[in-house]
Amino acid sequence: MIFCVCPSLGMRTEDPWYDALASGWGDQDAPPAAPHSADRRGKSGELRDAHAAVYLTVQRSAAFQQVRRRYRRFVLPATAAFLVWYLAYVVTATVAPDLMARPVVGVFNVAMAAGLAQFASTFLLTWAYVRHARLRRDKLALELRWETQDMARVRTAGGGRSAAQASHDAQASAASSAGPAVSRDGGSRNSPRAGARTNAPAARTAWEGTP
Amino acid sequence: MSGDHQTLTLLLFSAVIAVTLGITSWASRRRHGSPEEFYAGGRLFSPMENGFAIAGDYMSAASFLGISGLIALFGYDGMLYAVGFLVAWLVVLFLVAELVRNCGRFTLADVVTARMRERPVRIASGISSVTVSVLYLVAQMVGAGSLVALLLGGESGQARSWTVIGVGALMVVYVSCGGMRATTWIQIVKAVLLLGGALTLTVLVLMRFGGDLGALLNSAAERSGHGRDFLAPGLRYGGEWTHRLDFISLGLALVLGTAGLPHILSRFYTVPTARAARRSVVWSIGLIGVFYLMTIVLGFGAAALLGSNAVRESDPAGNTAVPLLSLELGGGAHSTGGPVLFAVVAAVAFATILAVVAGITLASSASVAHDLYASFSRRGGRAGGGGLSEVGVARIAAVGVGVAAIGLGLLAQQLNVAFLVGLAFAVAAAANLPVLLYALFWRRFTTRGAVWSVYGGLVPAIALVVLSPVVSGAPGALFPELDFAVFPLENPGVVAIPLGFLAGWLGTVTSREEADDAKHAEAEVRSLTGAGAV
Repeated sequence: MIFCVCPSLGMRTEDPWYDALASGWGDQDAPPAAPHSADRRGKSGELRDAHAAVYLTVQRSAAFQQVRRRYRRFVLPATAAFLVWYLAYVVTATVAPDLMARPVVGVFNVAMAAGLAQFASTFLLTWAYVRHARLRRDKLALELRWETQDMARVRTAGGGRSAAQASHDAQASAASSAGPAVSRDGGSRNSPRAGARTNAPAARTAWEGTP
Repeated sequence: MSGDHQTLTLLLFSAVIAVTLGITSWASRRRHGSPEEFYAGGRLFSPMENGFAIAGDYMSAASFLGISGLIALFGYDGMLYAVGFLVAWLVVLFLVAELVRNCGRFTLADVVTARMRERPVRIASGISSVTVSVLYLVAQMVGAGSLVALLLGGESGQARSWTVIGVGALMVVYVSCGGMRATTWIQIVKAVLLLGGALTLTVLVLMRFGGDLGALLNSAAERSGHGRDFLAPGLRYGGEWTHRLDFISLGLALVLGTAGLPHILSRFYTVPTARAARRSVVWSIGLIGVFYLMTIVLGFGAAALLGSNAVRESDPAGNTAVPLLSLELGGGAHSTGGPVLFAVVAAVAFATILAVVAGITLASSASVAHDLYASFSRRGGRAGGGGLSEVGVARIAAVGVGVAAIGLGLLAQQLNVAFLVGLAFAVAAAANLPVLLYALFWRRFTTRGAVWSVYGGLVPAIALVVLSPVVSGAPGALFPELDFAVFPLENPGVVAIPLGFLAGWLGTVTSREEADDAKHAEAEVRSLTGAGAV
């Protein structure tokens, strides 16, 4: 997988999200046609429990709840708003064409204005969503990603350990991570935590030098 | 239409074929035979590349020629399509793109089965994905046949048949030899060509009117024969209540269907991360939005410069409005510029068709090989019990899908299949979107809910179309001599989409199976953070 599709157009290697790729799916999942559990189930229930514990712990962590809340608080009202606005437009156009035919300026009528406003609102909402995701979600989500994968790796490394213990570790780790990750949002966005950053060293070096 | 002009058109068509085959052979030389490579092009496209490819996948000849033709004939009502096709992308951006990228691998079924018993769900969503793809593919093939026949000036049935066979053969070659990598580059090249062509024509139209949109609209209204009514809704979807309700149904299907189209969903797996998927959707919204704005100008421009009647005489459905407009903008049929511009636009339309059918063929071969074949043949172990790799099966599936599409395309070529595109969107919205949204957002969602919601959307959508006036009981129907049309609408969206959501809810609340909290936690964490993503 380490080859570039189009060097001429340039991958943006300074983007931290591109590091993420190398943290393979391969190390925790079955081969292509047997996705997810099939393989794991056969091997050991313990491992699977530990794996589940990691995700349950992360899901309950404050940092994750924060990411989810922020995502849903933007997306659900915005979706409702544009769907209502679009349906209102279509229904008005089909049910009340006379209203839509009223002139606004010169030859431009309400229908034209509403149609162009649909284009404008689509572009505007796109911009707002991207901005919201970039400023309010991306950093937190990326940190959670490294943490989760780290916990999962600890789980595989300690293969024989009991699920309970892995779960305990996971809880401790999530607890420690939730604090700073949440407080960061409050304004102090300096000092990226060493823990989150050193998670995928192999991955990162593999990427260095790719165009 | 002179012989020279036909020669030039054929020359440009050959150039398009040569370039696309060149891309295919270039891409196939670098192939590794892995599913990652075949279905997802190695997952290393940049957001901009993928954004162009998404736009190239989505902007079909139906939108380039069809929407501007509708505007040239019916004025404002054609514009409603353009709005629906664009607004749909907000659903994709907000609810689908990033989450699907984070927790899926190659197909829609991958996202859903992450949480539940795999086999029944995979089979159900495989069936619905293949259904959507085949409906869309047949519509595109038939459209290609009549379009190329029109553009080349030959109305003969043979030209149409050979076009359908030729387009089918080309798309099979692209997909089975080049996989996702070839398909993506073909779509990128096509998107650039299409946007370039549309931009050139738009600038020429605006120059004719000195950049004055008001003057453009005024003369469009004048020459349409409808006066000011041309600039307001109601010319096409006015009148009877069933027509109006039909349009609302279509509007609903357009806006919700895009997020369930398998060939669109599979495009998000070609970029490395969810954030890259988001950025590629932003690129594609920009490109598609600008494209539809230009389409609107071209449609009104055709009405203003040619008059609606001239457009209708050439093709009652209006599909030749833009080619005729290009002839006019270039200086008329007897100048040098006119035929050249006409030939260029025809070649762009041809490239558009090829790129779109390739994308759909790839998505349906992925559904057949990765979902259906894997579910039916596997009992533990790697893909494909019979010694065939999954990618081998996918390549064969592409041939099978191609043959089926050619066959159906040939059978349907004398029929009016314009409703098939609307139907494909309606099935995608009724069968694919509910299961996807439930799986991503509803904690309690169960296996039974997933299976019910797929079939609960798919079966009513198909059944309602069979019972609708497009199949029987109307002059333009598939079987005009029979009459079993009990459902009055041509598009089943307004009934089938709520049924799909309802069935998913009902299946979930009636199932005895408890939702697996651990699996839900995993799916949710992965979808929002990207942990463990491929």
